[in-house]
Amino acid sequence: MMYEQFKTRAEGVSAEVCRFSTKNEALVWLLEFLRRERIAGAPQANALWAECSFLDGMDRDTLNEQTGLKFEVTREAASQARFGISQMEWALADTGSLAQNSTAIEQRLVSSLPTIHIALVPTSGILPDMPSLLSRVNPKENAYIAMITGPSRTADIERVLTIGVHGPERLVIIFVDDLGGKN
Amino acid sequence: MGNEFKESIHKAVNNANLTGALGKFSEAYKVNRAKAYEGIDFEELRGRIAELKSYAASHLDELSDQFTKNAEACGATVFRTNDPEKVREYILKVAQQNNVKTVVKSKSMTTEEIHLNQYLEKAGIIVGETDLGEWIIQLAGQTPSHMVMPAIHMTKEEVSDLFSKEVNERLSSDIPRLVKVAREKLRPTFLAADMGISGGNIAVAETGSIVLMTNEGNARLVTSLPRIHVALVGIEKLIEKYADVATILKALPRSATAQLLTSYVSIITGPTPNSDGTMKDMHIILMDNRRSEMAADPKFKQALQCIRCASCLNVCPVYRLVGGHVFGKVYTGGIGTILTAWFDELKKSEDIQGLCIQCGACKDVCPGKIDIPDLIMELRRRLVQGQGVPLLQKTIYAVVNNRKLFHGMLRAASIAGKPFTSGKFIRHLPLFLADLTDGRSLPAIAAEPFRDRFKKSQQPELKEKVVFYAGCLIDFAYPEMGEALVKILNKAGIEVLFPEEQTCCGAPARYNGAYEVAEKNAIDNIKALLSVDASWVISACPTCTVALAHEFISTFESVGQTEWMEKAKELAAKTIDFSTLVKKLIDEGRLTLKEWQKLDKVTYHDSCHLKRTLKVSDQPRELLQRAGYEVTEMFECDTCCGMGGSYSLKLPEISGPILQRKLRNIKDTGAPIVAMDCPGCVMQIRGGLDQDGANVKVRHTAELLAEQLD
Ligand code: SF4
Ligand code: SF4
Repeated sequence: MMYEQFKTRAEGVSAEVCRFSTKNEALVWLLEFLRRERIAGAPQANALWAECSFLDGMDRDTLNEQTGLKFEVTREAASQARFGISQMEWALADTGSLAQNSTAIEQRLVSSLPTIHIALVPTSGILPDMPSLLSRVNPKENAYIAMITGPSRTADIERVLTIGVHGPERLVIIFVDDLGGKN
Repeated sequence: MGNEFKESIHKAVNNANLTGALGKFSEAYKVNRAKAYEGIDFEELRGRIAELKSYAASHLDELSDQFTKNAEACGATVFRTNDPEKVREYILKVAQQNNVKTVVKSKSMTTEEIHLNQYLEKAGIIVGETDLGEWIIQLAGQTPSHMVMPAIHMTKEEVSDLFSKEVNERLSSDIPRLVKVAREKLRPTFLAADMGISGGNIAVAETGSIVLMTNEGNARLVTSLPRIHVALVGIEKLIEKYADVATILKALPRSATAQLLTSYVSIITGPTPNSDGTMKDMHIILMDNRRSEMAADPKFKQALQCIRCASCLNVCPVYRLVGGHVFGKVYTGGIGTILTAWFDELKKSEDIQGLCIQCGACKDVCPGKIDIPDLIMELRRRLVQGQGVPLLQKTIYAVVNNRKLFHGMLRAASIAGKPFTSGKFIRHLPLFLADLTDGRSLPAIAAEPFRDRFKKSQQPELKEKVVFYAGCLIDFAYPEMGEALVKILNKAGIEVLFPEEQTCCGAPARYNGAYEVAEKNAIDNIKALLSVDASWVISACPTCTVALAHEFISTFESVGQTEWMEKAKELAAKTIDFSTLVKKLIDEGRLTLKEWQKLDKVTYHDSCHLKRTLKVSDQPRELLQRAGYEVTEMFECDTCCGMGGSYSLKLPEISGPILQRKLRNIKDTGAPIVAMDCPGCVMQIRGGLDQDGANVKVRHTAELLAEQLD
């Protein structure tokens, strides 16, 4: 139910949403997506993946060899990457938003500088709304709480809605049922 | 009104790009806003916001202390000051100590308020705005014309010219391409900047957090990439509780841009690590700049409930005509007028306060529940108090305050004025006397006022009595409306009393800031209307009804009149508008209309005071339908007709186009009749349709109903 509501709301603001029951299926789809979008090792074509629990137990070296995926997030790397991948802990069903503790700057770099942001979300992290998020996330322990709703947008020129100003122009959200999560 | 100001209005209303863009935007906004609020109890929501913001406004010191303590405990440096000069110095000092060469900024009205950019630039620091709209106006060397959409006044062609110069390449006016150019051009600026300056949409005392919202994602970059972050926050942004962030976030994006949530929301609590492993140098400046003084003012404290959504601009019939620049360099629209009067100086609001036609549209949508028109009236009052009433107006008011003389002059005008009766339509009466003096066209005054016709008329002796308050317009210009009302009430078994001592309701004086005159009018009317025993005091003019039911009391409050307060309240409790009383009589079975006939199509115009102050809009429609009229709704049926009492005289350049829009909407329905409950609106709209030559009859609801009594 909450997933359906989230999906409708998020797609309403131009996010792309899909869901898988296992990490493995999600990874297969993600790699296929990157290939389809022509990932490469070169700047403006590569992908950068920020530290997260999804990566626990993954063989990063193989991933790097096979696809050119990189895991060391720096300002320079992020500003040159076409894809940024991160895990967002929560999703808000009533607004189609994602939320995360972004205190580690790497989390913000991969979700704001690249052209496409891919967000992995544990399905159990879907919450009904903002009050339920705020009651779970104490700002004193989460110095930078980031919420993301759809891709970057502006209507500053003649009020015409245009996607992708300073942030990503695409937001791809992948729900994973067996990713655990904080709920 | 200064010439320069008049000139700026003239320029604005004749700028087709501007009025076209704003007009279209305001129409779309209303629809989108309603959609964004679907399923939400707006009144309940804004009640909560008003409450929590009002609590904050009365505890500014406490909350500032609490915020400072909590933010500093997390490692931020907090600087608090009342003085904009000190803010500028502080930021420059931080910049110089850290050898800052370039600054990137995300949108902040507070930095505009203190003209920060110019100050830093003078000291040799490069300041880059990064919000697309702000960047556009920075390149153009202009100031924002809207609090949320600063460059709404510019066309894509103008933007492409600006950008072309900036990137040294001839660009087309393709908007997605222009946006890309901005992204590419600003990216290196972000990466190179040493300091990021942001505002703060909310500051949470309980946790020392600031909340930033953007759609473009620039605030995320401004607070992440540079090693120093300075947040400049007006203390009105303080709230006590962290949980209340959700309450404001529920309303702000919906009201501002009709979004459920802005693309990016960041809640920042103290410094976070930079990418080189060091910690961010974070400074939060809590700026007062007269906000505490405002909080101590019983009237203006309310204005601190503003969450800066700008929806008051989006629905304002005047703003959508003149745009923001007419209002000044920083804050615009109705709330902007109030903020300018305080953060800049009262004198600066002298011209712009006159732009408000008092239609109340802004008050209806304000998520902070601020009575913007009332605060503008208060500015007017204080301005008049400080400077006195102009001599000519004084003379007029001396007349208005002497009922016998005033009515005598009106009678004289009905005879002497005949030759001048070119336009058949009068303006708000006491002000029309001003016209008399400057030789403008004189409106037609009824040959025989209502009070004389009433005296001659025969009424059956009936048990229940109701006092009729006619008001100047019905008494001296449209006596037939009064007669219709008497006929209807008689039919319901009610005898109408008309105390002759009743006089002008004082609205014209009040709307011009002359509260002492309004006070005298109020007392005279209270004496007259309470002199006889009656179950109701009925009026068929919503402006008068509002005066009797609300404004006598608030005028007394403003001028400190206590002696008559009890009586004013007694009168207020008895006051009722025409449609509400008639609907009641029908519901009680005391009055019947010839029901279910097949009559013409009618479209109904909601008068500002009736709809928004008295909250009456269904009653007249139901009455018309009951009588057999087919009511077809016009577009923007409750948007002001541009009359606004003397407004149409003082600012014809604004009143005119507002009226034209109304006429177009009326004609588009194809209805041969337009009905309304206000003689002032009748005057304005009848005058307009008469000039226009359109074959649409303009009638007061009372007249239409009186023809259909069973
Ligand atoms: S009352 Fe009407 S004219 Fe005045 S500021 Fe509000 S919307 Fe604008
Ligand atoms: S006064 Fe009300 S409507 Fe206007 S900006 Fe402030 S909160 Fe929004």
